[in-house]
Amino acid sequence: MSFPTQVIPNFSGPNCAGQFFCWDWVGANWFSVLQPALIQHIWISALAVLFGLVISIAAALYAVRNSWFEKGFSALATFLYTVPALAFFLLMVPITGLNVGTVLIGLTGYTLLLLFANTVTGLRAAPPETIAAADGMGLTRNQVLFKVQLPLALPSIMAGIRIAVVTVISLETVAAQVVQAGLGTPLFNAQRNVFTTGLITTGLLAIALALVADALVVQLQKLVTPWVQARR
Amino acid sequence: MTEAHSQRPGVEIEFRSVTKTYPGQDTPAIDNLSLTVPAGDICCLVGPSGGGKTTAMKLVNRLIDFNEGEILIGGSGVRDVDITALRRDIGYVIQQVGLFPHMTIEANIGVVPRLLGWSADRIKARAVELLDLVRLDQNFAKRYPSQLSGGQQQRVGLARALAVDPPVMLMDEPFGALDPITRNEIQDEFLKLQNEIAKTVIFVTHDIDEAIKMGDRIAVLRQGGVLAQYGTADELLGSPADEYVADFVGADRGLKRLSLRLMRDLVKVSGENHAAPADAPTVKGSATLRTGLSVLFASGSRVLKVTHDDDSATVIGTVTLDQLQDAVYETAPKAPTDVVVAGEA
Amino acid sequence: MIQYLSDNFSRLLVLTLGHAVLSLVALLISVVVGVSIGAYVGHLRRYSFLAINLGNVLRALPTLALIAVMIALIGFGFVNITIALVVLALPLILTNAYTAVTGVDRGMVEAARGMGMKDLEILFQVELPNAIPLIMTGVRTAWVYTVATAYLAIFAGYATRPGQLGSLGDIIGNPSGEGTTGVLVAAAFAIVLAFLGAGLITLAERAMTPTGIKLSRSAAMAPA
Repeated sequence: MSFPTQVIPNFSGPNCAGQFFCWDWVGANWFSVLQPALIQHIWISALAVLFGLVISIAAALYAVRNSWFEKGFSALATFLYTVPALAFFLLMVPITGLNVGTVLIGLTGYTLLLLFANTVTGLRAAPPETIAAADGMGLTRNQVLFKVQLPLALPSIMAGIRIAVVTVISLETVAAQVVQAGLGTPLFNAQRNVFTTGLITTGLLAIALALVADALVVQLQKLVTPWVQARR
Repeated sequence: MTEAHSQRPGVEIEFRSVTKTYPGQDTPAIDNLSLTVPAGDICCLVGPSGGGKTTAMKLVNRLIDFNEGEILIGGSGVRDVDITALRRDIGYVIQQVGLFPHMTIEANIGVVPRLLGWSADRIKARAVELLDLVRLDQNFAKRYPSQLSGGQQQRVGLARALAVDPPVMLMDEPFGALDPITRNEIQDEFLKLQNEIAKTVIFVTHDIDEAIKMGDRIAVLRQGGVLAQYGTADELLGSPADEYVADFVGADRGLKRLSLRLMRDLVKVSGENHAAPADAPTVKGSATLRTGLSVLFASGSRVLKVTHDDDSATVIGTVTLDQLQDAVYETAPKAPTDVVVAGEA
Repeated sequence: MIQYLSDNFSRLLVLTLGHAVLSLVALLISVVVGVSIGAYVGHLRRYSFLAINLGNVLRALPTLALIAVMIALIGFGFVNITIALVVLALPLILTNAYTAVTGVDRGMVEAARGMGMKDLEILFQVELPNAIPLIMTGVRTAWVYTVATAYLAIFAGYATRPGQLGSLGDIIGNPSGEGTTGVLVAAAFAIVLAFLGAGLITLAERAMTPTGIKLSRSAAMAPA
């Protein structure tokens, strides 16, 4: 395992016996367990979304002109979402090995499908009269695609990123069952020991991370697509 | 078509000093509006966007509620009856038609009767009658709105509004989305229909020509929902109350006014037809003065021969260019000739 | 794999049944709550922030983290996993129901009101029949997500025991005991369940969608 061995939560350190929530445990394990897990969780999520974004935009630009590609990709997407994520990660282990890379690749796969679908929808959503006008002004096919269709697809792409981010954060906790990484690791430890302090701390950290990330994407959305009126 | 389609002719609609101010706005959308639409008349509401014509109409079935004043239908206030009962007894036609795509044409026509608890047989019979009335084939009954053209859909819209034979109808730019040919056709048919059913109609339009054609009376509203003038088309065209109305009815109001009257009303019969040159152009008695003038100009002649409607060989008299010009300048709006208004063919 | 399948077939069937029951309960709760709130808020065309924000917040919650917190608060078991699955399914159904009802042609709704339909008459006779296709799309997606996630039941402490059906999570969540083959086979059962349910929902959608709506949709597609 290339991932540094994590410190097993030390339940016996601070005296937490019989307590529902034990701040001492949180304090004792913050720097050794919780903070590294949180940071790793953030890194993996960010990278998965980033890789997914780059690949899906490239694929979508290809797919708008090759409908067979789009159909195939959508069918694959529908299928992948029926596969229990844990089984998916387990099945990847023989191919990619028992390491963080497996989690990263698996999560990228999930984001790909969300982002690809939204990008293609966005590219297709450009009003025909806008494209006709661009054609009329003498833009080449590629210029139309990159200067007109792609910017107009941004709202749809951003909506895809928003879903991808929360999906990745959620699935990553599950992946810890296969490869110890991110917040899922202390979470499963607490689950196995029915340790309420650990359950609440790790659970709330993951929830907070998802909510904050979601809010950040919303802000980014407003920044990148100022012409879209924020829905109240 | 028979008279049996309508047992309930129109009743008078009266606006009494009606004011509507939207919450959070300083200026009213409708400002102290008073007007009376006589029973069986079509009253066209015209004005600029923001003039409140649609608002004024929606006050009648209380889709919008007014703040002050009173609106009476057949003498009773619209606020004195249950709002649902009020609306079910007012025919409502809108530009988007608003047919329910999930219902057959028959079911669409039957919406209000069903709400009122009519029996299925009675609804079916009524649908048959109404399809006939709006000149749609009976096999449309089982079709769906998406299978109909725009014009056909609006006929169904009319039939649906007439389903429970309401005495009053509200029409919000009903023909506005149709192409000019279809619009003209359906306007003519509606006027014919109105001759039989004699409903009291409030008809909103932004098109002054449509108002002149359809309206027994026209109410011109200006910005802020103020009534600028209310009268017959001839009154508006002949003596606009002010610059605003004159502007609104158009600089060509003289010509428009000519289209309100028919050649046969101007014809001089007393032997003068012999005075007309043999090559003088001819025009039917049922043609408007505007058509007559156009024919005259096109021919270069100064006199027209007017023929019988059904027999173009029979000359009933002549009309001269001077007569036509006088007709434009006639100011007296109450002159007997003004009895002939749009809609009577 | 064949060996595992034949050795465990009846157990797999029972676990699949449990998986289906678990998913179905969560879906039904989500449909009742989501369609009521979504459709009513959509009908009002006000308080839309309620539907949208509720949907967005619920959608952001990581399912496993939610299960963890609930273990501490309410303990292990059926209620725990059901709440977690409802939180997963509800936003999809709520958002779609809201979007579907607000998307109904305003002219049509205006006509209905002008003809004297009351609010609930407009909702049930005009808006909902027109919103069915989109609502059912949400239900179908929610079903697929729920079935694909219900194996988390094992981590919420809902497993096979006398008087309790369990779920395919008994196998999927226990790779060390069941082996990769077992996980693969159980996942396959979950996938089949997801597709079967999705198919049934599609059939239900066809049955519920009024003929006129189908016609207008195909009419809208026709002109290229």
